[in-house]
Amino acid sequence: MSEKKKTSLPAVIGASSAGTMIEWYDFYIFGSLATVISTKFFPQDNPTAAFLSTLATFAAGFIVRPFGALFFGRLGDLIGRKYTFMMTLLLMGGATFLIGCVPGYEQIGFLAPLLVLLLRLLQGLALGGEYGGAATYVAEHSPENRRGFMTSWIQTTATLGLFVSLLVIMATRTMLTVEQFDDWGWRIPFLVSILMVYVSYLIRKNMEESPLFAKAKVTGKISKNPLKESFGNRLNFKFVLLALFGAVMGQGVVWYTGQFYAMSFMEKTMNIVKDQVDGIMLLALLFGTPFFLFFGWLSDKIGRKWIMMAGMLIAVLSYRPIYDRMYATVDVTGKQEISAVSTRESAPDPPGDSLLHTTRTFADGTVWKETTVARYGEAGNNSRTTVSIRVNDEARWTLIGLVFIQVIFVTMVYGPIAAFLVEMFPTKIRYTSMSLPYHIGNGVFGGLLPAVATYLVINAQERGAERWYLEGLWYPIGVAAVCFFIGMVYLGARNMRMVDDHAKQ
Amino acid sequence: MGIVWMLMGVLVLYYGITVFGYPKLISGDQEDLVFGLIICFVLLPIIVGGLVIFGWYAWQGEYDEIEQG
Repeated sequence: MSEKKKTSLPAVIGASSAGTMIEWYDFYIFGSLATVISTKFFPQDNPTAAFLSTLATFAAGFIVRPFGALFFGRLGDLIGRKYTFMMTLLLMGGATFLIGCVPGYEQIGFLAPLLVLLLRLLQGLALGGEYGGAATYVAEHSPENRRGFMTSWIQTTATLGLFVSLLVIMATRTMLTVEQFDDWGWRIPFLVSILMVYVSYLIRKNMEESPLFAKAKVTGKISKNPLKESFGNRLNFKFVLLALFGAVMGQGVVWYTGQFYAMSFMEKTMNIVKDQVDGIMLLALLFGTPFFLFFGWLSDKIGRKWIMMAGMLIAVLSYRPIYDRMYATVDVTGKQEISAVSTRESAPDPPGDSLLHTTRTFADGTVWKETTVARYGEAGNNSRTTVSIRVNDEARWTLIGLVFIQVIFVTMVYGPIAAFLVEMFPTKIRYTSMSLPYHIGNGVFGGLLPAVATYLVINAQERGAERWYLEGLWYPIGVAAVCFFIGMVYLGARNMRMVDDHAKQ
Repeated sequence: MGIVWMLMGVLVLYYGITVFGYPKLISGDQEDLVFGLIICFVLLPIIVGGLVIFGWYAWQGEYDEIEQG
């Protein structure tokens, strides 16, 4: 009989984190390349293709992730953590690679958007199953007094996945011409993923099953029906609801605001050029990521609850001043303009339109570019103006600092939450029970943020509110405030020890 | 406190349908239709149902043991 080698904790963390990071990368590149993908697969002049595009955008994040959580959570509690999150890794890697291989709409017609939609849904399913498995796997290997620190490595993976996706896309764009990237280069980030997945697969293949699950299996304490025990059993279901409304709901909106809303606010509301926005996000994420580990470590000392609640409270109180300050960096009133150059050209399509380009340069280095499309011979009320701004170095570093502060909020609410969720549920239904509130809190509450925030901003603009650009923040502020209140009232103040199969029900 | 959460669930249902769901369903825009369907038939049931049940449990004292830490 061969000797069983005990897997070291660093190896467990490395294997889990690497795979989870790759899965986040796979999920993010689709969103980051959505504009290119839509032109290749979902031509807007075809209503059905456009409909499938919308489904791919919304359904993958909102609906499918929680289903993935249920499907793979159940599997993980029945057959084990290790094999289940091998399956999610291979499913995600395979789906991502195949997205890169699907011929465009021009080559295979309607089959193209259908295939991409299906593959995107598979990505959502896989992601729904991955996080719960990875967090549970690491937590069940960790000593009790270091569980927060150990699982915080998993918490870095979503941000690192975003970081790597931005890097790979930027690197690919830099190496190719614009035409080459648009033509075939956009496939590279998808195809590259299979190499990363293969390496991660080789690493995970040699890992052992979680010791707590293995023990539960040997002693016959695994659940026969994890779904029923998780959600049909009032004693456990109340904790699922408490996890959602007292922690993950607030964590989801703070997470989404600090990373995605900040990015889209700079690009779409402040009109800063994309390459500057990407650079600002990269640096803020780079500086902020180590704090996941810090707050995970701190939660082992002072408890999970206080750090998560503090993160939510500070975010609630400071979002509006932060975003007000961000917006001020592109306010050119009061800046000294040193030149304004305008050129007019006739638009080729449709003929008759004219384009007026104006470039305004300011003494502090800010460059403002404006393009107005006007119908020939008609009054200006049919014109459309787009603006793009390149900020100076001082403003850039101000924005990096302000986004970095928001990333700190993210690390406070997200760093300890894996340990928090794992500790709430017994081993036999842990994967199922923790995965669902996590993906509802992040997928549903976080995923709703762009749509709700956009609605609030447009509403404010139409009624002429002075600070209309801040109105979108009421959604994360409101949700995080409610979650903070519920968490403060209902979550226990002491460190929550791992609920195990011997706990009194 | 449980009643507060149940009432909040009812409020979310009201605003969710009248402000987001229904206007999106009838706007005529395809993207709005998909979003409206998801809001009304997937997201609102999860959020409202969850809040109401959470409130019910809180009202019944199910979380009192945890509050005492």
